[in-house]
Amino acid sequence: MQELVKRAKELLADGTVVRVLGWKQGDLGYNPEPAYFNSEEELKDFVYDGFCGANLSKYMIEACKMEGNTLVFLKPCDTYSFNQLIKEHRVKREKAYIIGVGCKGTLDIDKVKNAGIKGIESISQDGDTLKLKTIYGEKEFPFNDALLERCTVCKGKTHQVYDELIGAAEGEEAGPVGNRFEMVEKLEAMSPKERFEFWQGELSKCIRCNACRNACPACSCLKCVFDSNQFDTAQKANVDTFEEQMFHIIRAFHVAGRCTDCGECSRVCPQGIPLHLLNRKFIKDINEFYGEYQAGEDTDSRAPLTNYTFEDVEPGIVVERGQK
Amino acid sequence: MYKIEKSRLSELFAAIAAQEDLFLPIKKCDQANYGLWTEEAEVDLDTLKTVKSPKDCFFPQSETLYKCKNEDGKLAIDPAKLQDKPFVVFGMRACDVQAVKVLDNVFLNDPVDSYYAARREHGILVAMACHEPEETCFCKVFGIDAANPAADVATWMVGEDLYWKALTEKGEALTKLVENLLTDADEAAVEKEKKQIQAIIEKLPFSHLDLSVFENSELMELFDSPKWEEMYKPCLACGTCTFVCPTCQCYDIKDFNTGSGVQRYRCWDSCMYSDFTMMAHGNMRTSQMQRFRQRFMHKLKYYPDNNDGMYSCVGCGRCVSKCPASLNIVKVIKKMGGEA
Amino acid sequence: MGECTCGGNHGREMLIPMIGVITDIRTETPDVKTFRVVGRDGKKLFEHMPGQCAMVSVPGVGEAMFSITSSPTNKEFQEFSIKRCGTLTDCLHGMSVGDELTVRGPYGNAFPVEQEGALKGENLLFIAGGIGLAPLRSVINYVLDNRDNYGTVEILYGSRSADDLVQLKEIQEVWCKTEGVDVYLTIDREQEGWDGHVGFVPSYLKEIGFQTNKKVLICGPPIMIKFVLAGLLEMGFSKEQVYTTLELKMKCGIGKCGRCNIGSKYVCKDGPVFRFDEIDELPPEY
Repeated sequence: MQELVKRAKELLADGTVVRVLGWKQGDLGYNPEPAYFNSEEELKDFVYDGFCGANLSKYMIEACKMEGNTLVFLKPCDTYSFNQLIKEHRVKREKAYIIGVGCKGTLDIDKVKNAGIKGIESISQDGDTLKLKTIYGEKEFPFNDALLERCTVCKGKTHQVYDELIGAAEGEEAGPVGNRFEMVEKLEAMSPKERFEFWQGELSKCIRCNACRNACPACSCLKCVFDSNQFDTAQKANVDTFEEQMFHIIRAFHVAGRCTDCGECSRVCPQGIPLHLLNRKFIKDINEFYGEYQAGEDTDSRAPLTNYTFEDVEPGIVVERGQK
Repeated sequence: MYKIEKSRLSELFAAIAAQEDLFLPIKKCDQANYGLWTEEAEVDLDTLKTVKSPKDCFFPQSETLYKCKNEDGKLAIDPAKLQDKPFVVFGMRACDVQAVKVLDNVFLNDPVDSYYAARREHGILVAMACHEPEETCFCKVFGIDAANPAADVATWMVGEDLYWKALTEKGEALTKLVENLLTDADEAAVEKEKKQIQAIIEKLPFSHLDLSVFENSELMELFDSPKWEEMYKPCLACGTCTFVCPTCQCYDIKDFNTGSGVQRYRCWDSCMYSDFTMMAHGNMRTSQMQRFRQRFMHKLKYYPDNNDGMYSCVGCGRCVSKCPASLNIVKVIKKMGGEA
Repeated sequence: MGECTCGGNHGREMLIPMIGVITDIRTETPDVKTFRVVGRDGKKLFEHMPGQCAMVSVPGVGEAMFSITSSPTNKEFQEFSIKRCGTLTDCLHGMSVGDELTVRGPYGNAFPVEQEGALKGENLLFIAGGIGLAPLRSVINYVLDNRDNYGTVEILYGSRSADDLVQLKEIQEVWCKTEGVDVYLTIDREQEGWDGHVGFVPSYLKEIGFQTNKKVLICGPPIMIKFVLAGLLEMGFSKEQVYTTLELKMKCGIGKCGRCNIGSKYVCKDGPVFRFDEIDELPPEY
């Protein structure tokens, strides 16, 4: 981390950038916040650890509108989002100085808390173990059990876009990762009724706070269709099963083919709804229909859903699959 | 003081539910939220904080105010029925009980909101002391005692028993209803538990925040502080903080066209949303900084100015654990000068 | 807020509206119409004081706060002058005589027309721009109907063009012809058939150069209010002499929905009428 701060200071000092976008130390052991640093002095609060889950690519949409260039620290999976935003003309490559930072996985404090660990005062890491000082005594928790879901199916340690790398392990495998489509496959195997019940249970928890949308790097519309008062949906109400049937599905459709599977939607959901599963279903289908495709791997290819080739599946596939 | 074995709580719930609707923390798809008790429901009294507060029981996220029909140009208005039966909210924490008092000041002040008033009149609050307060809690800052919740009935979980004490007439009446399940108990165990809770609370990292800056500074001095500009930037402009907050009471009134009439409903709204103050002719809070400032100024200055110094925050800490950008009111209080 | 302004509505749920019937629609300008509304029984819906507002709604379309433009001295009906500028006002402009809408109110405080030392017994200067005449018209007619209680009355009113002057007929046929009432009209740009004054309200204000022995009531676009206030202060008026009425987005009208606050004041409940020295103490979020 000291190396990151040192480099940030240098880049501020030599005028390469006028601000630094990173994470600022929180007031608990696990709540750093995304932050802009405008001076060497401010960088004293800089932090980079397992709880820096926030994908800063989203913040770069605004940062690119500001005067001068911004130094941004991106984890490997964040760089997919940045690339995708370049493709969509939402960020300007030349306005960003990207330092790719190594990532050993980001953590979900709720997983620790759900295991009954309360009153956390501080957290440190010792090899594969998180050591927690709590009001109720010292506790330990396996690092791997605290990983965010997205990190258990890590896309890899390679940065897709950067100006320089610090602490990165290019080309390194992400260690043993699970099959990210496992749950999607389970859902596909369910009967329509079971599947409906699964989603009804999950989505009925939705409180329409829009955290998923506002954290999502693919949700970069200047004005969201759900914020329109011309649109006769009960946009803020949660009574008429709207969430269960509409909002999240429409959103998934809108980011289909553009979602890099960064997992921010599920990370920020206050109700723990596994929203990434909707996006992954699309990704899985796109892979099956159009060949393997990973949004954000490049900045100039035509995406499967916005391109036409003679090899594309016929629309009839919908009927065939529906009969299964 | 009475008690009942924890293992017999389902009998207690069934007995209450046989007479009145019973709302309590229920775990559904891994999350605890207040819901209506049924025999199948997975009651969760161990989770300290439900995701949403029990505010829903008195001020639902969405409720129809009236229905309106237009028949051949003639309008007909059919007001929604007001709550007319008693109901019980079980397991409320001391902070959430205090939050209801914050809401009372808004909805019960003249002109009275009859929808809310009816629910308050018929609602019976059964509170539960916080056995193991957490690091995100800071109710003490607002003078709330998590060991002594001030509701109709207060309860304590000690060892294998739930201790029960009625504090109001409503509480006495509810106690009568379930008397045959309760046994007499002495207060010693509860007194010990209270001391333990209070000792833990003393040690919590946010228990000693200092609010005097909000009491001693002029409104405009706080409003004009350059610190808002420094603080707001990570804010994603979502409504998580407002929707998990037990005291946020701003609402929108909207129409839902059912096809055979219009339901005019009100629903929670968030001052964090850009359309909150959007009018046909413009918006007077055009930046997220202004919206961010509004929320915290409301809780820490505007509301206290209008309510004899009572804050519109109860230190439940839900925003502390739920904000996607890890911003929260504690960071604001500290930044404005309230670091203990 | 001082005395109760519920208009006899104690105990009624304030969010449930009354049904109003449109009995007359006057086209004032290309984008302003004045709607006359009564209850189904043909009687006035409620009593109000000048400056108060009401929530008017077309169910299924929307509900919004409008100032009541008719004077309380009118015992037969209420009028609303409404400019077409959004979804709801669009719909209202498409309505016809006999159509029904819903009304709830009155809300907010009023101009202190009955308060000695405030407006009662004083010389009055009204300054309005465009649709800003709507709330002031209620006061002007109230004052004219209680003529003995007030001193001189001067009215300075301007609009973009001659076609955009609201209530022109009443201005010319009633106000201009009432003794002790001086009316000054102006439009922003030269126009064929207009031989009156041309120029913005703030500059006309300075040209006329009013004496400072009076109370001033302003309503108009924010930019006009800003320059008019500056002009008045330059002329020697103090902020304590000047009243205005504010408008912010409102949903409940009773100080509960939480969106029309300026600092700790709610425009719907503590306003909409404020004196400029009071506004000075509030954050500039209006």
